[in-house]
Amino acid sequence: MLRRRLNRLLGGDERRVDNRTIYIGHRSCPASEVFIPPKFCDNRIVSSKYTVWNFLPKNLFEQFRRIANFYFLIIFLVQVIVDTPTSPVTSGLPLFFVITVTAIKQGYEDWLRHKADNEVNKYPVTVLEDGRRINKESEKIKVGDVVEVKEDETFPCDLILLQSSRDDGTCFVTTASLDGESNHKTHYMVPDTEKDLEALNATIECEQPQPDLYKFTGRMHIYKNNQEPAVSPLGPENLLLKGATLKNTQKICGVAVYTGMETKMALNYQGKSQKRSAVEKSINAFLLVYLCILVSKALVCTTLKYVWQSNPGHDEPWYNEKTQREKDTNLYLKMFTDFLSFMVLFNFIIPVSMYVTVEMQKFLGSFFITWDKDFFDPEIEEGALVNTSDLNEELGQVEYVFTDKTGTLTQNNMEFIECCIDGFQYKYRDVSTELDGFCVTDGPVSKLQEKAGREKEELFLRALCLCHTVQVKEATEQCQGQGDGLIDQVDGLGVDGEVHQLLQEQRGFIASSPDEIALVKGAMRYGFTYLGLESKTMKIMNRHSEIEMYELLHVLNFDPVRRRMSVIVRSRSGDTLLFCKGADSSIFPRVRQEEVERIRMHVERNATEGYRTLCVAFKRLSAEEYAQADEGLREARLAMQDREERLMAVYNQVETGMSLIGATAVEDRLQEEAAETMEALQGAGMKVWVLTGDKMETAKSTCYACRLFQKNTELLELTVRTLEDESKTREQRLHDLLLEYHKKAVQDALPIKAGVTRSWSMSNQDYGFIIDGATLTMVFNSSESNSSSYKSLLLQICQNCTAVLCCRMAPLQKAQIVKMVKNSKGSPITLSIGDGANDVSMILEAHVGIGIKGKEGRQAVRNSDYAIPKLKHLKKLLLAHGHLYYVRIAHLVQYFFYKNLCFILPQFLYQFFCGYSQQPLYDAAYLTMYNICFTSMPILAYSLLEQHICIEVLLDNATLYREIAKNAMLRWGPFLYWTLLGVFHGLLFFFGVRCLFSNPALQDNGQVFGNWSYGTIVFTVLVFTVTLKLALDTRHWTWINHFVIWGSLAFYVFFSFFWGGIIWPFLKQQRLYFVFANMLSSVSAWLVIILLILLSLLPEILLVVLRKPRGPHARQKKLAQSSVGGLQSPRSSARPLLMRTFSDESNTVI
Amino acid sequence: MMASSYNAKEEDGHPPSGSSHGGAGAVKSKKPDNTAFKQQRLPAWQPILTAGTVLPAFFVIGLIFIPIGIGLYVTSNNIKEFEVDYTGVDIDRPCYSCAMNFSWNSTTPCLCSVEFTLQQPFESNVFMYYGLSNFYQNHRRYVKSRDDSQLNGDRSSLTNPSKECEPYRTSDGLPIAPCGAIANSLFNDTLELYHIDSNGTRNAIPLVKKGIAWWTDKHVKFRNPGGNNNLTAAFHGTAKPVNWRKPVYELDPLDNDNNGFINEDFIVWMRTAALPTFRKLYRIIQKKSSTTPTLPSGRYVLDITYNYPVLSFDGRKRMILSTISWMGGKNPFLGIAYITVGSICFFLGVVLLIIHHKYDTRNNSADIPS
Repeated sequence: MLRRRLNRLLGGDERRVDNRTIYIGHRSCPASEVFIPPKFCDNRIVSSKYTVWNFLPKNLFEQFRRIANFYFLIIFLVQVIVDTPTSPVTSGLPLFFVITVTAIKQGYEDWLRHKADNEVNKYPVTVLEDGRRINKESEKIKVGDVVEVKEDETFPCDLILLQSSRDDGTCFVTTASLDGESNHKTHYMVPDTEKDLEALNATIECEQPQPDLYKFTGRMHIYKNNQEPAVSPLGPENLLLKGATLKNTQKICGVAVYTGMETKMALNYQGKSQKRSAVEKSINAFLLVYLCILVSKALVCTTLKYVWQSNPGHDEPWYNEKTQREKDTNLYLKMFTDFLSFMVLFNFIIPVSMYVTVEMQKFLGSFFITWDKDFFDPEIEEGALVNTSDLNEELGQVEYVFTDKTGTLTQNNMEFIECCIDGFQYKYRDVSTELDGFCVTDGPVSKLQEKAGREKEELFLRALCLCHTVQVKEATEQCQGQGDGLIDQVDGLGVDGEVHQLLQEQRGFIASSPDEIALVKGAMRYGFTYLGLESKTMKIMNRHSEIEMYELLHVLNFDPVRRRMSVIVRSRSGDTLLFCKGADSSIFPRVRQEEVERIRMHVERNATEGYRTLCVAFKRLSAEEYAQADEGLREARLAMQDREERLMAVYNQVETGMSLIGATAVEDRLQEEAAETMEALQGAGMKVWVLTGDKMETAKSTCYACRLFQKNTELLELTVRTLEDESKTREQRLHDLLLEYHKKAVQDALPIKAGVTRSWSMSNQDYGFIIDGATLTMVFNSSESNSSSYKSLLLQICQNCTAVLCCRMAPLQKAQIVKMVKNSKGSPITLSIGDGANDVSMILEAHVGIGIKGKEGRQAVRNSDYAIPKLKHLKKLLLAHGHLYYVRIAHLVQYFFYKNLCFILPQFLYQFFCGYSQQPLYDAAYLTMYNICFTSMPILAYSLLEQHICIEVLLDNATLYREIAKNAMLRWGPFLYWTLLGVFHGLLFFFGVRCLFSNPALQDNGQVFGNWSYGTIVFTVLVFTVTLKLALDTRHWTWINHFVIWGSLAFYVFFSFFWGGIIWPFLKQQRLYFVFANMLSSVSAWLVIILLILLSLLPEILLVVLRKPRGPHARQKKLAQSSVGGLQSPRSSARPLLMRTFSDESNTVI
Repeated sequence: MMASSYNAKEEDGHPPSGSSHGGAGAVKSKKPDNTAFKQQRLPAWQPILTAGTVLPAFFVIGLIFIPIGIGLYVTSNNIKEFEVDYTGVDIDRPCYSCAMNFSWNSTTPCLCSVEFTLQQPFESNVFMYYGLSNFYQNHRRYVKSRDDSQLNGDRSSLTNPSKECEPYRTSDGLPIAPCGAIANSLFNDTLELYHIDSNGTRNAIPLVKKGIAWWTDKHVKFRNPGGNNNLTAAFHGTAKPVNWRKPVYELDPLDNDNNGFINEDFIVWMRTAALPTFRKLYRIIQKKSSTTPTLPSGRYVLDITYNYPVLSFDGRKRMILSTISWMGGKNPFLGIAYITVGSICFFLGVVLLIIHHKYDTRNNSADIPS
């Protein structure tokens, strides 16, 4: 008997090439075929990328595939080959540093992988060969080997379970290392295998390796004494995955089916596609601009050089003759090498160190998320998890939030609220509902006194007790009953010894879905207790404390398409009964229509209250009917091909003509602070879309509860229901509605948006949009010409709504929606948050994927970029961390470009004074050290520690998030500002010192300064200005900032003394010998340095003062304002916009 | 364990033994430390620049800079400087014939003298500079054409100069000492200054030729090979730079401390200038007594041994007499710049004060309707 929720089994009867045949124990079969030992890969796991031999070339190749590295390599090579002004060391050293650090990091990681691989590959395993037990290394296992695994050992490869030490032919497994689920899962022996593995003569036919952990199809042919081989189906429940651990079972034997790199675990090790952040794209754009600047600078210089040289006195004066080689070189070749030389001279404008710093910032910065104790959830004892550090800053740029409902907005912690039997309401009230702020509109609700007939009542409760896949958890942990691919330990109830007391309330249940537990518990409250399943017999205790036994014949599993599940049981009296429960939409068409109306009212009322409703139906099967169903099911389950479709067909055939007996309502509580979080997100200017597979009414009420929809929100509904119109076809109606909504939400709203002077009164109408999966499919699949226009209409409507609810979504549709928004105009940054496997697609699709460490397994977490324990943590993650990271990295990027521009601009200007001869202004040491030592640490510290606004304020005032929306700090405006600043500083440095040097006699003893003194003065001004500029931008001075900023400056001074204080034997020229010291002995040099630093920073100070005329005092005022506004304004998101216009106005006036 | 198969950052801390279940200790360690650093709560100073805080700074800067600027300006103006161009471009200039008839091969030096008048007496020490224009001492080919280890007295470099010295590395198979374009183009005009007193007699003004180079250059960076004695022997086997009239050990045969590589004129020349128009210190005229000025006003004659051709590259040669202050030579730039910046700061301070005042009232009025 198979009870699988996720066994979407495939298969087919005809032999397919992509099946593999495995001979158990390598014994040839009596079947007619010739035994050909098939070739499969060995059981070695190779997760490492490199070996000792290929590490260097392979790693270098991979590193130089990065454009930036390649560019620097080219520059370096040019320096080596061509006679260039700066020595190859100046660019070679940083590049070497970067490459080495990266190589060491990657090498270390690979070494770890090697170690892990070895640990796995050399792990001793026991293989049964010809009756003997042979110890082998794990990597020597071949497909077809029979492997013995003991308790608490991990499976060395993917095995088909042949024998278990447990009597019932099961074993327990934990797949914590595969999918993070730490509960025990039951796996089954292949039925009908003999106890004596020696004598077992069988082949396994199974599909070729594929990565889905929950899918497996195959069958086993067992040959017995030349009889017709017996065939058993194999499913994922028979497959023990490599990496999982055996639990609670002494030992098992299994046959290896997939080994080494073909195991499911190894196949799942595929890197997720790299997501790139918007900041990175900005960097690349800026890089292009700077590359253009660089090339044009080099071109200008080269041209001018040859113009200048056309004057005979300039080209080769008597005091400066060319070497013979120079004279012999071809003119055009010379021009080209001159161009390259200029490129090399100015190449520092594109900073190699920026890449390192950005990487380091991202890597180190992400630790702050994992370290944040606010993200720590005491319940699951875990904090946030960062799977990628590349997207930190993207968290500060989110415009659209796509959230799952169940488990994300709601707790997925179900509570049985009421049921309705045959139209009568039964309400069990011992827990007060916590849907605050919602008064139930009491319709014609039946009173408790009115009861349905006792018989119907008991039938309903029996149905609740039988129609599920719940297991009873006992102290021995011997989970009886049906294994399930996805059993989650859902409830905290029933821990430890308390189970022994047969106190019903403390009974522990384990089920794949929390709804089921809630229902079983609900039934318990009414006196029907599910006792468990023993050898295919379900026991329940009825109201009279009698034990009723039902033989479980079939489970028709739940799946999201059918949205229902059924069981077929046989009672003691011999009746064969089918109980079915499922969503109203999937049950109602399958029951007698006259029963529907009575219950529909309850279902709808419950749905609007935010409860999850299920309808329960039953059917008595006649013997023939059962026989037919039984045969159909067995046949379908053995099928190798289209197994799922066949099963579905049989299910659909069986589940018809039922009678509706009742409905249940289960409350799914909102997550902690769900409403506050949503409000904060909306306040921050994000649009929140709820994408759920749940039904519209339930989802809508959740939206109301989360304050995504407000009372005055006008709902635009585009669902199957609104499309129902007698007079028109659905397509026509869709067309009309879309146009109508578009007019309402988009066209009429436009003038409102433009009006700045409006106050936040009620006249600003909010719209909420609701669409369901079926309609969405219609929109996407409508005829070619309309499809795109419908899509854009839909998108425009959605974008003008404050909140959008998409219900009844299939996982793929969720991803479709995300993709649609992602690719819409302006390509907004999207974020998906979800907790279940059904959210994975949208998590992967969105720019940023957030997983919630919820109850639905770990798949979402595994595929996410960031994982947080609770929804409420999203607020801090975005508003505080995201905002800060964005500001930090944006500033980092702009600053880097700025500091290199004003570093290299004087060098460029100097060419005009040195005959375009590529004479560097700065000494080679300065050129090399500038980005590595003198100016790297302060910006790194800044980019890790800066809090331009402290975290509390960011959290309290969500509107601040809007200030950085749309990549505000990395647009062309700010970029231009920084570039101009760099140009201004560069000009100032150069010409300031140029004016000073109109008389180079700067010392009080009349001695003169030369060109290296010139460069050193410029460089000193540069280092100080650039560092102080950062100091000026630093709003948050921790001791680290103080240390690195003042430390860098001190280091610069110290280094300069040191570098100039010694005749370095390895240097060809002692250019800087005592230059720095002499410079400091000149009062004029001091004065000009101070003057230039101050003058450079003056506009900056001025701008800072003008930009932020309000101090903390004003900020408090603003805060007070907004909180007042929050109370007054019914709409939270209207107010910040107007707040902003106020402050903007005052800025522009000044 | 299979840890390897997953992203390194993913938590997969399950030891291969499989005993990962319920390890309380392991779980506890997952809780983030509550340290100020990890929680981003390091105590921090959060300065906010406002008009209020910056205003005084502006005023203070203004108040400091303007006096400094005035001081600099006055100092610079008090520096006496006299400049005479003796290139001889125009036909009526005294050195015209020397400039025109220049040839590298002439054995007899061309002499010419320039007369000039100092309107004001030069008090204190007077510094005599020679200035060159349109002379690209900062050209890359030129700047690198030297061998510092040779100049530092390294014997192997003496006989085998650096490649950078090309094409002034060897001459007739012998290594050139000092090699390179810089050394080769050493300024070799000789300037002598005479004061013509009231009765028309020429009084030679003593010119001190020491103390014109950086102390560290003279004493550390530049060394003669094998000490300062017997330079002839030390430089045996080397050739003089092609454009020189005499070998390096005869730069100042009278003074062993100023001969060879440590000749100060040579050292000064070797410090390449930053800009194509530059001056270099030539001689110092020391103050003799406190009563008489170093150079009284009156007529002077500059006798030039014209050896250095500049017309081929359209250059100019000057002789500059200048006094020196604590800030160096005459340069009005610093003074003017300081006064300007100081005034700007002061002005901005005033403007800011007004804006600050205005803004406060604006801000208050803006608050009222909300």
